[in-house]
Amino acid sequence: MADRGPAQAVDATATVDAIAAVGAPVRVGVDVTAVAEVADAVAIFGDRYLHRLFTPHEVESCGGAAAAASLAARFAAKEAVVKVLEPSGARPPWRDIEVVRRPDGACRIRLHRTAASLAAEHGVGPISVSLSHEAGLAVAVVAAACEGPADGPRQRSTEQSNTGGADR
Amino acid sequence: MTTTDESTRRIREVLADHGRLPVDVGQLSDDDDLFQAGMTSHASVNVMLALEDAFDVEFPEAMLRKSTFASIGALRRALAELETMEVPA
Repeated sequence: MADRGPAQAVDATATVDAIAAVGAPVRVGVDVTAVAEVADAVAIFGDRYLHRLFTPHEVESCGGAAAAASLAARFAAKEAVVKVLEPSGARPPWRDIEVVRRPDGACRIRLHRTAASLAAEHGVGPISVSLSHEAGLAVAVVAAACEGPADGPRQRSTEQSNTGGADR
Repeated sequence: MTTTDESTRRIREVLADHGRLPVDVGQLSDDDDLFQAGMTSHASVNVMLALEDAFDVEFPEAMLRKSTFASIGALRRALAELETMEVPA
């Protein structure tokens, strides 16, 4: 349960409040992943699965008894970031979106290559992330200020998609 | 080059084994949307890896888009393209 904790939740909330205070549009992404699916994939595909989706740092920081849950939370975070980046063509490779775990346990999103280019193109600033896992499910919420043109309709579309649960 | 029928059979087999679909894969048409049928994004990763094993190919980054994995027909077309690229005639 290393990814959970009130400190991270408060941190993410404070970030969103700060963004709202300066009036920048905010993009939010959310995703949920079943822990058992990740455990099965590791058992079936092994290192090929791990290396395709996760960076060495992510694999290393997901050791221990809750490894599958932590990996599932990171996969959810990557999917949530893709929703924020809104690629119009090919999506960025999973390893381009990295969940960096700091020594104090807090997690941050670091973008590489294609993902970093997409963020720059869309004016997406630093991305906050909050991870949690419970009862076999891992969830990630990400939020970022967007310096691009105001996109009210796009934000409403994202809200509908998330509440409808169709875009997982 | 794998025949269309053989390709479709293998794709359906992989979907049944790894797609975690809440519906019978045998009931899905060539064009039915797999995500609307209940395939999650994580399951689509497993489908991708299993198809790579079954067809001895690798999906390049440029093909990592939802539309590639959206239907049996889309998967068959993507795999045919990959087989052509990796085993030139």
